Amino acid sequence: MEKKTPLYDTHVKYGGKIVPFGGFLLPVQYSSVIEEHKAVREKAGLFDVSHMGEITLKGPDSLKFLNHLLTNDYTSLKPGSARYSPMANENGGTVDDLIVYMRGENDYFIVVNAANKDKDYQWMLDHVSGDCELKDVSDSYAQIALQGPLAYSIMLKLVPEECLPQKNYTAIFDVDIKGICSIISRTGYTGEDGFEIYYPAEKAAELWELVMDAGKEFGLIPCGLGARDTLRLEAAMPLYGHELTDELSPVEACLTRFVKLDKDEFIGKEAIIARGEPKEIRVGLQVTGRGIVREHMDIYADGRKIGHTTSGTMCPYVGKAVAMAMVEKEYSELGTKVTVDVRGRSVECEVVKLPFYKRQK
Amino acid sequence: MNFPAELKYTKSHEWIAFDGDTACIGITDYAQEELGDLVFANLPQAGDEVFAGEAFADVESVKAVSDIYSPVTGTVLEINEELLDHPELINEAPYDAWFVKVEGVSAQEDLLDADEYAAFVEEEKAKE
Repeated sequence: MEKKTPLYDTHVKYGGKIVPFGGFLLPVQYSSVIEEHKAVREKAGLFDVSHMGEITLKGPDSLKFLNHLLTNDYTSLKPGSARYSPMANENGGTVDDLIVYMRGENDYFIVVNAANKDKDYQWMLDHVSGDCELKDVSDSYAQIALQGPLAYSIMLKLVPEECLPQKNYTAIFDVDIKGICSIISRTGYTGEDGFEIYYPAEKAAELWELVMDAGKEFGLIPCGLGARDTLRLEAAMPLYGHELTDELSPVEACLTRFVKLDKDEFIGKEAIIARGEPKEIRVGLQVTGRGIVREHMDIYADGRKIGHTTSGTMCPYVGKAVAMAMVEKEYSELGTKVTVDVRGRSVECEVVKLPFYKRQK
Repeated sequence: MNFPAELKYTKSHEWIAFDGDTACIGITDYAQEELGDLVFANLPQAGDEVFAGEAFADVESVKAVSDIYSPVTGTVLEINEELLDHPELINEAPYDAWFVKVEGVSAQEDLLDADEYAAFVEEEKAKE
């Protein structure tokens, strides 16, 4: 049975088309995926991401535990900052990817994928050591993402400038947004500027409405999971279950810059080293023939299978059918011509640069 | 939602218009709304055979691919080439955006008239 997020009634009120996703009932779209996608690229869009899991970590050994648990290095993380990391298992495979915020000394706030939350929390509990305490606080938080070039202007209508984090991957805790105690983070999953706001679940609808009202004059519209997926794909951001899996190591998934092999130790370090140089590499594909390439399709060149796709769709803003794929290294050069088996039909594609879309700063 | 009285309909949400033993086939207003923004249409070729109740084309939205079923058995006389470059026409005007014309119709599915189809759509919506 799927859970409802604290914004469920709001989605129904706004005409969201509800589907099950990651154990939750969420809107796949309100008006149209294409319209919502373009709003985020050109103006602003508001997403309910309350399905994401939140876990707190506190205690004197917290930092030591994070550096053991995760492949990235948290030693230099400062209060008010966030850092992304894969979480590996002993075989070097990837349990999940997540973001850790440092709230204060020995006080961390961890955000994980909805569909993996229970697995992640159990994994953390199974590996915790020393003097620190984990707590799953997912049910007490609502989370919304305000994304788009006008997101900053919209937030300024709700809070003064000093309450808005100025740098990417920073956050301000305990901000009072019209009486609602919130964490405002300069992060997102769209390749666009924007904010993610964590706040008490019982205030879910109230803050949503405040943001929608503030955004009215800027052309803000509510957006669903459909646009969230096309936006992240266009920005070539990985999604667990697609670009990341239990089998694939973070290095094999081309997240090497988040794997700090110079750390003394972390779960999976030896296995990741033992696996050696990956034979396949993540590339972008653009359809040059006719059709749309989706995930888990086989890629061919020189008469044999040389890889598979991990995500694919028609990207509304760049206006092209694109896919992310894993291919053998010798086929990863830009301009390489390959074909993809789309339900028995051979569709021509070309290796192109990732990301498919990059924001102009 | 609009279901023109002069057309016949299937429970898989295609419409069909007969002209002698030639049939013109597309998808209904309800179908296009359920599918969302269409970004690709994969059509058969003139001369291909289609079979009643079997998929003859597919359309893709941003999120998913969906098969389109033929209400009749026959031979494709002509395809609507415009849909290949402009699949959004199916969303904009589903009853103008015909997919194929089929000639030599020899068998057909059980077809609904507009009122019956409208009632069927209401049932489908109630299930949501």
